[in-house]
Amino acid sequence: MPDQTDGRETDAPVVVVGAGAAGLATVDALRAGGHAGGIVLVGEEAHAPYDRPPLSKQVLAGTWEPERVTLRSVDDLAAARVDCRLGVRAVGADPDARTVALSDGSVLAYRDLVVATGAGARRLPFGHDLEGVHVLRDLDDVLGMKAALDRRDGARVVVVGAGFLGAEVAAVARDLGSEVSLVDTLELPLRSVLGDEVGAMVADLHREHGVALHLGHGIVSFTAASGAVSAVVLDEGTELPADLVVVAIGAVPAVDWLRGTTIPIAGESPDDGAGGIRCDEVGRAGDHVYAVGDVAAWWSPRENRFVRLEHRLTATEHARTVSRELLGLSREAAAPVPYFWSDQYDLKLQAFGLPSGGDEFRVVEGTLADRRFVGVYGHAGRVSAVIGAGKAKAVRQWRQAVAEGRSWDEVGSTTA
Amino acid sequence: MKIEIDQVRCVGAGQCVLAAPEVFDQREDDGIVELLDDVPAEEQWAASREAAQLCPAAAITIHED
Ligand SMILES: Cc1cc2nc3c(=O)[nH]c(=O)nc-3n(C[C@H](O)[C@H](O)[C@H](O)COP(=O)(O)OP(=O)(O)OC[C@H]3O[C@@H](n4cnc5c(N)ncnc54)[C@H](O)[C@@H]3O)c2cc1C
Ligand code: SF4
Repeated sequence: MPDQTDGRETDAPVVVVGAGAAGLATVDALRAGGHAGGIVLVGEEAHAPYDRPPLSKQVLAGTWEPERVTLRSVDDLAAARVDCRLGVRAVGADPDARTVALSDGSVLAYRDLVVATGAGARRLPFGHDLEGVHVLRDLDDVLGMKAALDRRDGARVVVVGAGFLGAEVAAVARDLGSEVSLVDTLELPLRSVLGDEVGAMVADLHREHGVALHLGHGIVSFTAASGAVSAVVLDEGTELPADLVVVAIGAVPAVDWLRGTTIPIAGESPDDGAGGIRCDEVGRAGDHVYAVGDVAAWWSPRENRFVRLEHRLTATEHARTVSRELLGLSREAAAPVPYFWSDQYDLKLQAFGLPSGGDEFRVVEGTLADRRFVGVYGHAGRVSAVIGAGKAKAVRQWRQAVAEGRSWDEVGSTTA
Repeated sequence: MKIEIDQVRCVGAGQCVLAAPEVFDQREDDGIVELLDDVPAEEQWAASREAAQLCPAAAITIHED
């Protein structure tokens, strides 16, 4: 039956661009919710939709076969009547005509467009043409990096960027027997997100495992021999010999294909959506246009700003909300609380909320020294986030305090 | 309905417990999922499906028949 949408009658499908976690979850939720019309899923990568978090963990470590990250087979998608266009890139959109142009020359009309293009690895302004310089975002990236590590026992690995991704890669490379250096311009790993105390704990953890930390220093150049990287040069002059360099300095939302359209793109500032597609609190970016996952900067009534997150759970939650909008279902009352995790060696960090390095921080259970703890973050007099390790259930119980924005004064301390 | 969990995939996010506390639990320390009821009663079906959908590790499989 043709859908009646603002006076225009259309048989056109819902077009989801980007076949990662967020795109797949949108498709799933639409079908689960009873959407009977057409669905097209466009994905630049040739792979069936797969999960990224295991890439820097089990896949790099070699404990999972790469196939295990697959979230859904093409056959299963076909059975759900999803028209998959894999290995094809969306190159432009016309929100007035409601069409998307693809790299194979075709133009798709849409009833609704869901942008789920994720983000790409941020690169240094130099050096990525050298052999041995890697980024880690896609399955092919990790397979290339793993092959390089496997080729050389005790490889000298320099990881540039001590955020979550860099810290995870450093841990896995170390466990695999590589000599690992971790470099960051900040004084502590993860400092901008998790603050000084948790950052110091993570730094100690890596030091104990034999990672050489070079903190507070940026990289200025590479040294190369016959097209392959041989060393990393830091701003204070140190040269770190390297067989392999992993650049893990963040991700850039994949919005370039939408520049010049009326679809709103946020400024670079993390306080203003961090370069993502600006959406309202249910993911709507314009008439019949929605965005989900890493590419999307949703308005957060709780934060009073546009927030773009790169968390696996956010991809699913965005997809659920947007699918409800597309299905014409009522809105869910409770806004989700962000969640992420990170594995480094045996440490499994879990966090709810939006921690920031500048927040107040208090350990409320256990101790950081034992790496079994629950810690809470406070911002503007409210509990803003909770983090923990080795106490998963207790962390989940604190989630409620984050959800309701409990007063910071009510938070007891085991240390004070 | 029959529910299957994969404890190796599970990352201990606890979304399943939030969605369907009658069906799922978590181990105290690492938060790995435990099934309280692998053939839940019908009134738990919607919540169980929601848990499977929300799980960020795709660790929950629902067999509808
Ligand atoms: C190595 C790694 C480890 C991670 N670990 C964790 C973790 O431990 N915990 C956690 O919470 N989160 C983690 N994340 C983040 C999490 O994986 C992301 O939040 C999630 O993958 C976002 O899903 P997405 O679908 O929005 O984007 P993506 O997974 O990036 O998918 C987007 C897809 O769109 C495609 N695409 C881009 N442009 C176009 C175009 N123009 N046309 C067609 N297709 C296009 C891309 O090729 C890609 O396949 C990790 C991410 C990475 C890379
Ligand atoms: S939601 Fe998934 S990952 Fe989280 S505890 Fe449940 S099964 Fe494990």
